[in-house]
Amino acid sequence: MPLIWPSELRQLGIVGMNRRNVEYIARNNERRCYPMVDNKLKTKLAATEWGIDVPELYGEVRYQYQARRLENLIADRETFVIKPAQGCGGKGILVIVGRRGNRFIKPNGCELSLRELKGHVSNILSGLFSLGGRLDVAMVEELVNFDDRFANYSYEGVPDVRVVVYKGYPVMAMLRCSTRESDGKANLHQGAVGIGIDIVSGTSICAVQHNRNVDRHPDTGHSFENLKIPQWPKILKLAAGCQEMTGLGYLGADVVLDADRGPLILEINARPGLAIQIANRIGLRKRLAEIDQLKAGPRDVDSRIADSCRLFVSR
Amino acid sequence: MHSSRIQLIVVAGLLIAVGVGLTLYKAVELGFPLWPGEDRQVWTLESKITFTPGDGPVEVSLALPHPMAGWKLLDENFASAGFGFAVQGQDGERRAVWSRRSMDEKTTLYYKIQLYREQSQPLPAMAPKVVQPPSLPARRQQVVDRLVASLTEKSVDDASFTRLLIAEFVRSQPSQEVTFLLSEHDRKALPAMEEVFAVAGIASQRIKGVYLENGRRRQQVSDLLEVYLGDKKQGDEWLLFDPETGEIGLAENFFIWQRGGGSTLDVIGGNRSRLEFAMVSNSLPAKTVLLMEPEVASAPLLDFSIYALPVEQQGVFKNILLVPIGAFLVVLLRVFVGLRTAGTFMPILIALAFIQTTLVTGLWVFLVVVSIGLWIRSYLSHLNLLLVARVSAVVVVVVLLMAAFSIVSYKLGIDQALTVTFFPTIILSWTIERMSVLWEEEGGKEVFIQGSGSLVVAVATYLLVSNHLIEHLTFNFPELMLSLLGVILVLGQYSGYRLSELYRFRYLKEQVK
Repeated sequence: MPLIWPSELRQLGIVGMNRRNVEYIARNNERRCYPMVDNKLKTKLAATEWGIDVPELYGEVRYQYQARRLENLIADRETFVIKPAQGCGGKGILVIVGRRGNRFIKPNGCELSLRELKGHVSNILSGLFSLGGRLDVAMVEELVNFDDRFANYSYEGVPDVRVVVYKGYPVMAMLRCSTRESDGKANLHQGAVGIGIDIVSGTSICAVQHNRNVDRHPDTGHSFENLKIPQWPKILKLAAGCQEMTGLGYLGADVVLDADRGPLILEINARPGLAIQIANRIGLRKRLAEIDQLKAGPRDVDSRIADSCRLFVSR
Repeated sequence: MHSSRIQLIVVAGLLIAVGVGLTLYKAVELGFPLWPGEDRQVWTLESKITFTPGDGPVEVSLALPHPMAGWKLLDENFASAGFGFAVQGQDGERRAVWSRRSMDEKTTLYYKIQLYREQSQPLPAMAPKVVQPPSLPARRQQVVDRLVASLTEKSVDDASFTRLLIAEFVRSQPSQEVTFLLSEHDRKALPAMEEVFAVAGIASQRIKGVYLENGRRRQQVSDLLEVYLGDKKQGDEWLLFDPETGEIGLAENFFIWQRGGGSTLDVIGGNRSRLEFAMVSNSLPAKTVLLMEPEVASAPLLDFSIYALPVEQQGVFKNILLVPIGAFLVVLLRVFVGLRTAGTFMPILIALAFIQTTLVTGLWVFLVVVSIGLWIRSYLSHLNLLLVARVSAVVVVVVLLMAAFSIVSYKLGIDQALTVTFFPTIILSWTIERMSVLWEEEGGKEVFIQGSGSLVVAVATYLLVSNHLIEHLTFNFPELMLSLLGVILVLGQYSGYRLSELYRFRYLKEQVK
């Protein structure tokens, strides 16, 4: 198995897990800012306060005895998402795309009964999906009606755009598309495809699955070439705005494109992964260093994005 | 940013220095062995005083040894039934005094000591007494004068004088003068030589002691003679030799009881007194020996150390002290290698269980219990239970499994499987629960990766902590943990690549121009 040498990684400016943790996360993300992003309910409430667009929250279930509340929240909605407020790695997210009488339909066609939904909520509340098994809250929210233009790029699941924002400047972006293997989840380590996106133009750079280059989606067979993300400036603005909201110096904003509402922040990650570097065929280190050299001081979102686009214009 | 880094380096450096410093202090000053299994030869020396009492009151006084030349006294015991007993100190010399109003029959008193030689050291400096020329009968004076004159002529200094005199005495056919002197002194070389030195104006003194030979009994006090050579560069210099054999220097197995000074044994109100020694030697671990030493055992560092605990608690600590080693290994394997494990520190607990069960048995037991547990857990997941209830159910299942495992294997005659009880039940249950969730969510592959990662760390930890040297160092030098802490702090700043990342980013190789 051929390995890459550390010197080669250094030459590419690849940031490793240790450097990310020590130099970027530990130095730029204050611990007190974590709860807001680790708890999706708090993120959502803060976002609403800051005027950042998010999928609508129908309500939350906090206690086991509130099972009836779930019924009220669902009412006769056709589509919705149940997720744990503190879930990690996309665990515990249940997407319902339709109803057939009393049965709820998952994206893969499986049907669930109300009892099974309650069981899922109960699992969420008892902390099955949260880090360290902490007690959790179940959120019921709007299912993103994702843009049809992405339909061919994703298998059962909402593709989202991950934008890494450093000190408020967007530095790297990637479109994450779920596959059959990733079971509708957009996490790369679960087998989703990551497509590097040029910060300036919003067009695709290259696609990877399991850290390896791919040309087309493994399930839909659609080529990732000539992919251009619509409403790209708006996405950048939304992502860059997360810095003020969360206070995090190094964050990954997950943005989805709703057909009607445009870009929405799905969640914010205080420890964004490193696979984005493979999808962009470039390391983060040089870009982060360039941001570090910029004049410090508060600047508005638009001028930050302008700086990013000036600095990171691709070859 | 930078100040925190400097702070870290200072703190880590201090921790490492303090840990290593304390360890060196204990090793060098207090003599703790750095390597396990170092033995020391410990002598048990029993002095036996026998005498026949007279009519009146009896007082027996024995000079007690003042260890020198690197010898250390570990323990002393007096057996003195029916006697008044006291230890009296006079001019730095101690004497044991037994007394009794009246006695009828022959009596024996015992004084037992345990001692070992820590290192070979020269005798401490000691100023000589002023030499008084003896008054001798005229004929003896003549002979001694002649001998002194002839030796002085042949010698350059006191040292060569002494050597020549020794040579004269140990010759197979001594000169007429020497033969005469010996006959005057009951054929004993010691008093004869003392007389010659006194006439020659050279200070000399006796050294009393015992030649230690394993298993010897009825050994008597041996006398050595020490001659003052003057105030040399290193201070007062003495030349020591055995007047009977002429051997110069202190023999390794000679234990000095008394240097200079008065009589060894005084018996007032009794006669036919004898002082005899019996001795036996045995090898003891150096640490045990050290803890027997009164001044070391009361050293403040040890007074507040693990040794101050009861032996039983010490045993418990022996295991707890291994945890930092495991934690250190986990840091190494995660930060430098990037190994994924199920639960960060779970492997350490498994490794500690392995210590009790031995590795191969432990691995089998662990795999069997976890596999069966996972299988039962997969059934429980269908029942839609609350998390705590489900984990509790797994706990019960694990306990039942362990019981069944023990009973079946006992009936089959496999005693080793009984050690299953050393595995922490709750940890096993959580492992099963985590693995099971992992299986449902990420598939069997991830379970395999994390499971084998955990086992690799556990086995590596086991191999490390079952190492005798590491066990010895952690238990005897717990302050090394401070150094370990410092090293861990420094490792916490490592921002380089992990081994696993060289694999993860391997496809970027094409990008390198």
